[in-house]
Amino acid sequence: MDKTTTEVTYEKVKIIVANTEFEVPSNLTIMKAFEYLGWRLDRGVGCRGGFCGACSTIYRLKGDHKLYTGLACATKVEDGMIVAQIPISPANKKLYDIESLKAVPNTMLEFYPEIARCISCNTCTKACPMDIEVMDYVQAALRGDIALAATLSFDCIMCGLCATRCPAEITQFNVGVLARRLYGRYIQPEYKQMTKRVKEIEKGKYDAELEKLMKTDKKGLAKLYAERVREKA
Amino acid sequence: MSMVKLTKTEKRIAFRQKVLDLAGANIMRCYQCGECSGGCPESAVMDLLPNQVIHKIQLGDESVLDTNTFWICSSCLICSARCPKGIDIAKVMESLREISLRAKKSYVTLEALTKEELEELPQIALISSFKKQTS
Amino acid sequence: MTEKIAYYPGCTAKSYAKYMDLTAREVMKKFDIELVELTRWTCCGTFFGLAEDNLTSQLAPMRNMIRTREDGFTDLTTTCSMCYNTLKRANILIQNDEEKASRLNAFMYEEEDYEGDVRVWHLLELLLEKVDIAGIAKKIVNPLKGLKVAPYYGCTLLRPKEVTIDKNPEKPTILSDLIFALGAEAVETPYMTECCGSYLTVKDKHLVADRTNRIIGSAARREADLLVVSCPLCQFNLDRRQKEARELNSALPEIPVVYFTQLMALALGVDVKELGFHEHYVDPTPVLRKRKLLGTPMKVPVKVKK
Repeated sequence: MDKTTTEVTYEKVKIIVANTEFEVPSNLTIMKAFEYLGWRLDRGVGCRGGFCGACSTIYRLKGDHKLYTGLACATKVEDGMIVAQIPISPANKKLYDIESLKAVPNTMLEFYPEIARCISCNTCTKACPMDIEVMDYVQAALRGDIALAATLSFDCIMCGLCATRCPAEITQFNVGVLARRLYGRYIQPEYKQMTKRVKEIEKGKYDAELEKLMKTDKKGLAKLYAERVREKA
Repeated sequence: MSMVKLTKTEKRIAFRQKVLDLAGANIMRCYQCGECSGGCPESAVMDLLPNQVIHKIQLGDESVLDTNTFWICSSCLICSARCPKGIDIAKVMESLREISLRAKKSYVTLEALTKEELEELPQIALISSFKKQTS
Repeated sequence: MTEKIAYYPGCTAKSYAKYMDLTAREVMKKFDIELVELTRWTCCGTFFGLAEDNLTSQLAPMRNMIRTREDGFTDLTTTCSMCYNTLKRANILIQNDEEKASRLNAFMYEEEDYEGDVRVWHLLELLLEKVDIAGIAKKIVNPLKGLKVAPYYGCTLLRPKEVTIDKNPEKPTILSDLIFALGAEAVETPYMTECCGSYLTVKDKHLVADRTNRIIGSAARREADLLVVSCPLCQFNLDRRQKEARELNSALPEIPVVYFTQLMALALGVDVKELGFHEHYVDPTPVLRKRKLLGTPMKVPVKVKK
């Protein structure tokens, strides 16, 4: 008997997908359960690490009136779970040339006037799998606090669950993108050391060194990598 | 006022009741004094005067939903403050707006607003207009 | 000791009406009251929802009450009369309708329950309660002598009667009292309690221009130098829409429209550069200069007994 592996059997749970009941092991995520059932996923799947926002899912639990939202790759199955994936969220997305915009309060309203329809119901915040205070950043955008809207929306992975739940039909995640772009381009303080370094690079300060590296063979590169001087934390 | 046919159909009663439920105001008390229309700063541009709207609702006449009266009403509450019968007319106007908005009828379209308008209008104007006039 | 009170600026106070916000803070400092902005706040909803069964419009104002309690305050003040009206009416609803309050609390299960234990004040109401007219007059260092000011109340400071800040909403005097206290002369007009056209400015700006023509025209006939308001939407409609109003009536004179907090700040000796007059469509500076009110104000405000 092979003693190096121990077999653990997980209790099976029933999940309901497209009105059909399936039995899957209870330790799986929704995404892994789908693959366990032999389904090949080519939509609504991405990084599998809770970071790309491709696998937005809505579900209900047994004996619970609430409609839950989550990422299929980061949510465990539960017995009696009714699941539906939202492969994409149809979004109101505006095109703009960031260089021609101004970081003034009404810029947010010019592109996304629907933020003025927000009724502060907080449904978006409740829907967010990243625990972002979505309503707070929409409200910040509404009153023209671009810096706050950019900061609060920073962790957004654009899964779109907020937008599918919003009674005011706002595409929150694109509002966040505009706020962060305006913040990055016009509001965020300039990092002088970075500007200095970019100038040095443009002047060719590192050209010789790069040239040398290009000519080094794989073994030499490995040696250089192993002996590199680390920056102190 | 034009001639109206006084028929008591279920549809008329249901419409009247719906307005009453939403407005929480007993419009049946109205005795057509016209105080509301006299005080209303916008009555001159309304298709029907506020007191005429109340009369039509008493009769269960759904055609009030086709007038601009309740869209022009800006909830300034002059009518409600002055009604000698204590009818909250602004709430009646709100209920007509709500009935329309719930039937997906909007008075304002976001997409029709120009860049210049959106650059100029303050939040307080947009929020309140969208709240009262978009479904 | 400086008294602290929770302060709700309102959305527009952070952009279009920022000088209403900034001067409100300056004015209150002169009376030893600090306006502490809520750490988190959202739109008030702008209008109190009037439909009996539509509770969603009560979520926004109620949430700000919850934020007030979170910040440890029991009193909340705001300068914008529309915010005041919506917050106050929603609060009254929560205090008086247990069934609706419990449904709202249940919907907002992620928040602490709110029972209606915040008192909502309009800034002017608060000033009159804490300082009173005589107290305001005492602090004036730059009396607005010779200035004729038309008070404009609009709707939301006065109606409905449950929230009015003047005991006589059909013939209010509270703004006139303030104008006299600042050393100016109040010029009341028949339109001072009528609507400016409010949000119709979005879709039907010609209607608003017509109202602006009437309101500004009636103030002009009474030789008012400027209008004083407490609402950013009234300010926008009466100031910016003078452009469209002049298309209806080319003879309409230009009359500036200022917030009561700007006027108070001027009389209390706040540097005129901080009053934001440059942001107005009709610049109040020329008429103030004509009345010789833009000279160097006495920069020594009366010391307050601590």
